[in-house]
Amino acid sequence: MKAAACLAGIALLWAGPGMAEPSVSGSVEAELRLFSQSPAVPGRPDSRLQFSGAIEATLSDDWNGGADRIVVTPFLRFGRDGGRDHVDLREAYWLHQGDGWSLTAGIDKVFWGVTESRHLVDIINQDDALEDIDGEDKLGQPMVSLSFYGGYGTFSLYVLPWFREREFVDFGERLSGPAPIGQARFEAPDRIGYALRWSRSVGGLDIGLSYFNGTSREPLLIPTGAVLVPYYSQIRQGGVDLQLTSGDWLWKLEAIRRSGQGPAFWAATAGFEWTNPGVAGTGADLGLIAEYSRDRRDPVLAPPTIYDDDLFLGARLGLNDINDTSLLAGALFDRGSDARVVLLEGQRRMGENWLLSVEGRFFEGAAAGDPLATIQNDDFLSVRLKRSF
Amino acid sequence: MTRLIPLLLLTLLAAPAPSLGASDGPARGLAIVQESERRDTGWRDSTVAVTMILQDRRGQKRERQLRLSMLEKPGNAGDRTLTIFDSPPDLAGTLFLSHAVVGGDDNLWLYLPSLKRVKRISSSNKTGAFFGSEFSYEDISAPEIGKFTYDYVGQKPCGRLTCFVVERFPAYRNSGYSKLVTWFDTQEYRPQRIDYIDRGGQFLKVLTLSGYKRYSGKFWRPQTLTMSNNKTGKTTVLRYGTYRFATGLNDAYFSQGNLRNIR
Repeated sequence: MKAAACLAGIALLWAGPGMAEPSVSGSVEAELRLFSQSPAVPGRPDSRLQFSGAIEATLSDDWNGGADRIVVTPFLRFGRDGGRDHVDLREAYWLHQGDGWSLTAGIDKVFWGVTESRHLVDIINQDDALEDIDGEDKLGQPMVSLSFYGGYGTFSLYVLPWFREREFVDFGERLSGPAPIGQARFEAPDRIGYALRWSRSVGGLDIGLSYFNGTSREPLLIPTGAVLVPYYSQIRQGGVDLQLTSGDWLWKLEAIRRSGQGPAFWAATAGFEWTNPGVAGTGADLGLIAEYSRDRRDPVLAPPTIYDDDLFLGARLGLNDINDTSLLAGALFDRGSDARVVLLEGQRRMGENWLLSVEGRFFEGAAAGDPLATIQNDDFLSVRLKRSF
Repeated sequence: MTRLIPLLLLTLLAAPAPSLGASDGPARGLAIVQESERRDTGWRDSTVAVTMILQDRRGQKRERQLRLSMLEKPGNAGDRTLTIFDSPPDLAGTLFLSHAVVGGDDNLWLYLPSLKRVKRISSSNKTGAFFGSEFSYEDISAPEIGKFTYDYVGQKPCGRLTCFVVERFPAYRNSGYSKLVTWFDTQEYRPQRIDYIDRGGQFLKVLTLSGYKRYSGKFWRPQTLTMSNNKTGKTTVLRYGTYRFATGLNDAYFSQGNLRNIR
């Protein structure tokens, strides 16, 4: 209902300014997920194949000589099974640009940070946990944001009036938790969140400082009778992200301090990315990534994380051929146990408009009680064919 | 005395450095590049639509549409370049921002629209391929005078024109080249051809610049750039549309903070 009302509002806005030619772009994709094992939880249906489709379209238009813009991006995933169906407004905003400043009002996405294996300081948008487990997909966040940029860097202020709950895969399906998800509870349901960020590049150094005060995007799952109740606390989080770019090396650090979920805690991810262009005289680029994550949150009072004491190692290969073929392989190793997550990603263009991608997610060695325990047999390989327009 | 000064200036202008003593190669090379730069000063900012055509050894072709904006910065400040991809559709909205740095590594950023992420990329990536083309990041970076040392080789015919041949030696770290042999025509000091010699001293690829058009009575811009890679057999052709100059783009437009607002 909310989404429908939003869409209607946007449609009215659209008719308003009397725009000439809105541009339309987007993509349609078909996805096949293949699961290699029976579920770890006894009694769950042993489904090995999931087929789904997704559509994303962006409508946008400028007026006032480009100073004003409206962008609307609805997203839809639907499938016969898998329990991942959902609709989202990724974007639905009005942007006004001045000289060295901009104002955005509506639903938008904001990314902060530098590291690859974990996006620790990035906090504005809720994860779209139905799309993938890697935290790269996000739900649109309602906001008003004001940014100034110039020689002093970029300074942004965000007011975040509505909260987006995390969505969960339907209980019993692949990649779902140990119990059904109940009605969410909030520490302060009507509190308006806000955030500040300043970022700047000085020579080879990129610096970002951020502050967030609002509802945690990560819920604590509280067992209540037969269900898990997502509980969203009010948190305050200060963050810093640094990247030093020097020759072949990118040195990266993200760190936060958060209070509001048990004792205040800090967490950090640090590491490097090393790039070797033109590897072995082929014109292909090889990148190696190593990142270490530490997270000192309370194991009971704060939402669970898999990044408590983990090392990520990865390699990225870009062939730089005519089809933009690229491969990424990586693994996250938990230092306190045998648990690990292995990621594989590959993609290749087919003609001008088609993109074929393959993604693998493999879970190994999770002990009982580990956040990954219930999904440890839900290893999957997904094959996607996407047509962009 | 006062009468002499304008006369002296006139002589200096009428006789540009290249016609000075032939023995001093580095000075003469530098003078030719400076003259080329002097003739191309004052355009302030420019925007042009470009079609990039990639062709591999087997003749397979791919086309990309992009827009290229540049901001001229005085002296050694380093020009700003912004590349906006319009097609193929899954690449649309991808941005590449470059701040040229004299005496250091250029600052390079990528903007990935699907994640709305600004990503600083390694300066050593400059030897890597620019979006699958035969141009490296280094090749599309602004060729600031202070980034190279020079040597004048001599005059050679280049098509129907005659060219000054100047060797440019990268004075920055992590270059993919030992030298760039650059051909400037003697009439207008326009670059007509660049031979890229790799770090092992081997001829790697050649860029030809053709179809020069004059804008505002003085700014020459080529309509076609063809990069042919001798090692891979691949070529990349850039076809330029009509340039627009001095449209009022400024530093703020070329800042990282503006990347998410660009369409």
